[in-house]
Order: sequence, then structure tokens, then C-alpha cells
Amino acid sequence: MILDIIRTGFLNLRRDRGAVMLSFIVPIAFFTIFAGIFGSRRGGTDPIRIALVDEDRSEVSRQFVDALKAEGGLRVQTGPDTLTLYTAASAEAAVRAGDLPVAVIVPKGFGENPIGFEDEPGGTRLRILNDSSDPIAAQVVYGLIQKSAMVSMPDAMAAEGTKIVDRATGGLTAAQRATMDSSIAALRAYAKEKCSKPAVQTHSGGPSGGIVAADIRDVVGENQKSPLVAFYAAGIGVMFLLFTASAAGGAMLDEADNGTLDRILSSRVTMTTLLLGKLGYAALLGFLQLSVMFLWGAFAFHVELFRHLGGFLVMATVTSLASSGLGLALAASCKTRAQLSSLTTLVVLTMSALGGSMVPRFIMPEFLQKIGFVTFNAWAIDGFTKIFWREEPVTHVWLQVLVLLGAAVVFFAIARRLARRWEVS
Amino acid sequence: MTAPLWIDSLVKSYGERPALAGVSLEVAEGEILGLLGPNGAGKTTLIRCVVGRVIPTAGTISVFGDPVGSPAARAHIGYIPQEIALYGRLTAAENLGVFGRYSGLEGGGLRHSIQASLEWSGLTERAKDPVMSFSGGMKRRLNMAAGLLHGPRLILLDEPTTGVDPQSRQRIYAMVEQLRAQGVSVIYTTHYMEEAERLCDRVAIIDHGKIIAMGRQADLVRQSFGTQGELVLLCDNGVSHKYTVTDPATEIAKILNKARAESIPVRDLTFKAPNLESVFLHLTGRELRE
Repeated sequence: MILDIIRTGFLNLRRDRGAVMLSFIVPIAFFTIFAGIFGSRRGGTDPIRIALVDEDRSEVSRQFVDALKAEGGLRVQTGPDTLTLYTAASAEAAVRAGDLPVAVIVPKGFGENPIGFEDEPGGTRLRILNDSSDPIAAQVVYGLIQKSAMVSMPDAMAAEGTKIVDRATGGLTAAQRATMDSSIAALRAYAKEKCSKPAVQTHSGGPSGGIVAADIRDVVGENQKSPLVAFYAAGIGVMFLLFTASAAGGAMLDEADNGTLDRILSSRVTMTTLLLGKLGYAALLGFLQLSVMFLWGAFAFHVELFRHLGGFLVMATVTSLASSGLGLALAASCKTRAQLSSLTTLVVLTMSALGGSMVPRFIMPEFLQKIGFVTFNAWAIDGFTKIFWREEPVTHVWLQVLVLLGAAVVFFAIARRLARRWEVS
Repeated sequence: MTAPLWIDSLVKSYGERPALAGVSLEVAEGEILGLLGPNGAGKTTLIRCVVGRVIPTAGTISVFGDPVGSPAARAHIGYIPQEIALYGRLTAAENLGVFGRYSGLEGGGLRHSIQASLEWSGLTERAKDPVMSFSGGMKRRLNMAAGLLHGPRLILLDEPTTGVDPQSRQRIYAMVEQLRAQGVSVIYTTHYMEEAERLCDRVAIIDHGKIIAMGRQADLVRQSFGTQGELVLLCDNGVSHKYTVTDPATEIAKILNKARAESIPVRDLTFKAPNLESVFLHLTGRELRE
């Protein structure tokens, strides 16, 4: 009897393609995405992209910059393109815009006084500008700077050490000084040769205590009371918006099933009018859902909703429209609620994983970050992040707005095309 | 005066399979036309063509002279589908409001229509209750009312009494008769022959996509059976004998005389005149269709 019950279960499962999809395809899709996010690291982190500005342009600073470029844990960009070099201001702007997580400024005078043991006076301080949405990057960069300094500037370090010994012992003899100078020259030659060879991939680590003094400054998110909460409000909000939109679109399947659609379409209502109405309803519902989410964020987690109200209204409107369009298209492509439920789970969870609703995209490998842009979650989250995190004006999200509006139009057109099967036969 | 419904040589095929194979009919002002046929005969396809939900392969349909599917034709038609096409979570009044607005009603006109429809369907006291709490009969009545809010002149009723108790069925009959009294034309689809006999002025029997008989019931019976009837003689020993008779007055006397002459004790004698069901089975056969 128990075997019969098991057999009946499998017979039913075999004929329920939605359940089969949920049981086998969705887990595999998720496994693949998360394996892509975390599995490709092979125990290490991806190189950190930094903007590097050499204001000093001395022999020492060039040596140091070359060492940083050769460092496997970093991917150094000295300019936005091959022709232009970053300045301190443009590098800071790049970090603010989210183009790079960290910028390193080598200030004027660095070559004359590069070493500044943290408890010793002197030493020109590097400036590390950081986007605090990625709290680890700046610390890793700091550590790699120390390592690069050790490797690239042993002569400067020895010279600085000699000065300290000189001060502490009351002065070196001429012979001692000559020996030191010759050793320092040998070190310089060694460092030059070493820095010309690319370094082996390095595992990132924490700060190792400084021979090069540096100031780390958060240029993005420094005023945020609760870092990253706005990001998660957007990420989670968009994901649930998709579920809501699909459920709202699915009402059409019920209406087709119980004859209500026949009745509606035999009245003055046309299919286009009906779909526009459904889109409007789902978009309004989604807008309310996002509003409630951000209000709760403002109340409980200090998300600065009211300071960014304009940006929120724009992003919430276009995001709701895009997700409603997708919900309608999904519903119109299905024949039953059960089918819709399975398809929605697969599509929404996959889009959310790739688009950064579950895991921030900045911690994903670069290829996944690029793939993420095929989902509108990524565009919506980018828009919200620009407004709430980077505190950019609403005019800076025009691209995100256009993409989301375009997505809404395309999804609606697909839904309209698919809905022809309900219209007449 | 243009006919409320005029259909000429209507054909609808799904691939190779014809659902309608040249249907022609006309419904007069204030007439109730019963549409009968076995499952899959083409009744629902015909109704959906008239509503504009199915595009015919060939043929013409006009509603009060307007081509089917046009806004004017839609405004004339009240469609009551076979299913309970209502929103279960909404109240009766809210449902009527929704479908009234979809039909172009608003303001005072809509409010008046809702009130009148609630009274007509006997649901005034349940106006504020959600439809999901209604019995099958109440849902059926509201289903009808929702299709008639805008005062259509041609009503398409697709099996309106399916699954309702005798009391609700009587109420629905009364509602249909009220429509007739208002001069509204009705196409009434049903599987219940007694409904057609009671309500319909004329009956059309459709099978395999064709109208195989159409007319008044008495005419259809006469065309199929003439004056023929069935006489059943039940003997004391429980044996029964069936006779087909064409002149009951003389043939019944003959049969009884013969029974007396042969000393056969008669316990019961019944004469069954053919009815619509006899015509239906005579024309469509007794084989199962599904």
C-alpha cells in the first residue's frame, strides 16, 4: 500500500511539469549561480580595481607605482582611458560614481620622504579614498601598499632606518655612512630589477602595520547612519515586487478560467485596455509595496528616504512599471496558475540572484556582474544605490530610468502579443 | 425593423475539424429561442461567435443590423456565460458595480441599475455579502444579473440553471419570463428539455455543427412523429407490452378489447405522447458523444 502511494506521487509529479521544474531545475539554476559567485574564487579574492594618482612623479614614486601595478592582488588604473590620467578629483569622482571601489593618491613630496613608520613623525601620507559599500577593499589595498613598499623601496626604508640609527647613536662615522650608502644603492638596484617582473598572484590580507603612512577616507557613504541598508531595501524590494507583479498578472489566468475574461471582453473593454488596467494596478501595488518597505527602512534603520524623496519616487515608479510588465508577460505565457507559479519562482529567483537582490553585485566575479545587467534588478538596484548610497542627484539615474522604462514597454508588448490567444479564437 | 439576431451560413473550423458547418437562424423581437444539442455539437461556439469571442471562418452575423463585434452590437448584447463569472471576494453590489462600469454605466444610472438588478435577482438583502459566501443558486442569479445591467436587447444565456436546486431554478425561470415580458430577445442554451418546453417559443436543435431542426415544439414533434405515441400495457403477471400507435382513440380500444378477449388481466395502461426529449433523441440518436 505504501508503495502504491509512492507510485501515485511519482505519477502525479511526472505529469506536473511545474513541480518537476521546481524540484530539479530551480535548485540546479541556483547552485550554478552561487557556484559562479563564490566557487570561481578558488580560495582567493578577485584583484581589487584601484584608481592610482601619482602627484609626486619622482623616481621613488614611479618605483612605488610600478610595484603596485605589478601587484597581483590589484588591478591598477591610472586613468579612465589610455589617454587620460586620473587626478585626485577625478579619481574621487570615479569612486563616488561606483566605477572603482578604491583610489590611491600618492601626494607631492612622497619621493623625498616615503617612509613614515606609523609611530615616527614624518613620512608623506598616502590618501586612500574608499567606497564604504565594500568595507574590505580599502583594508586589503592598505596591506598591499605596505607589501609593495617593502619590495619596491628597500633602499628608502634602509635610508630612513639609517636616519633613526644616526639620531639614536649620536652619528655614524664616515666609513659607516659610506657602507650604508653603498648598501642602499645595491638595494635600489635590486628593487628596480624585482619590480620589473610581475608578482605572483597574492592572497589579500588585512593591514600589516605601516611602513608607508596612509589615511583611509570613505568618500561614499560617510554620512550614512546605517550603511548598506538602502541597498538591501532596494534589493529585497525589487525581488518581492516581481513576485507581487506576477501574482497580480496571474489574476488574468483565474479570469480566463472562470469565464470572467469572456464576460469582460464581451463588454466595452478591449484586451489592450484590460492589459493596461492590469499593468496600472500591478505598478501601483508595487509602488506602494516599495514605499512601505522604504518607510519601514526610514523608521527602523535610518534610511534617509525623505532627503532623497525625488529620486525614490522616480526609481520606484519605473521599477514598479518594469516589474509589472514582466509579471503580465509571465502570466500571459502560462496556461495555469500552477505553471505561472513555477515559472515565476524560476525567473524571479534567477534574476534576483544575478541582478544583485540576494548578493551585492560588487562581490561577484566580473563576468557575473556583466551578466547581471540583462536583469532589470541590476538596473533598479544601481538606480536606488546611486540615489541613496552615492547620494547622486536624480538626473544621474537617467540611464537606469530609460532602461527600466524600455523594459516595461518591451514586456508589455510581449504580454499583449501573448494575450491574443485569449482575445478571439 | 431589423432582427435582433440574424445569422447566415455561419462556418467555424478549427483546422480540419468543423465546429459550425453552415448555421443560419434568426431571432425575433421578444422571442426566446432554445438552443439544444449534445455536448460538443457547436452550441457554445455559436454563442461565442455572436458575442464576438470567436471569429467565424465564413458567414455573417448581425445584431440589430450591426456587425458582430462592433461597439453598437456589443452594447445590444448581454452575455451570461456558463461559468460563474464573478469575483468571489467582492460583494454582490461590488460585482455589479464592476461589470456595470465595464459596460459603460456610471453615476446615478449605475447605482439605479445595481439596485434594480439586486431586486430582480432577489439578492437585495445580500448586497453587501461577498459572493464566495453565496449558495450555487444565488451565484447563478447574480451571474445573470451581472450580464444584464446595461439593459441589453439580446441576451445569450448559456446553461443558466446548471447545478442549482429546484427553488433557484424556478426563480431563474421567473427571471427569464420577466425578460420576455419586457420584449427582450433571448437565446437560451440548455440540456434540460423541460426548461426549453416551458420557456422557449421556438427551439433549434444543433448537432455536428448544423441545425438539424428548428421550430415550435409542437411542430417539431409533429414533424418527427406525426400523431404517433407509445402505449404501454402492464399485465398482472408483471409483463409489459409496448405498442406504437398513430390513432390513440381507436387503437387503445382495440388493444384493450384484444386483452379482454384473450383473458389477459391488465394492471395498468399508459399512453405517452412524444415530447421534445423524444424529438431530440430521435434526431441526435442515443449513442454517447463523449
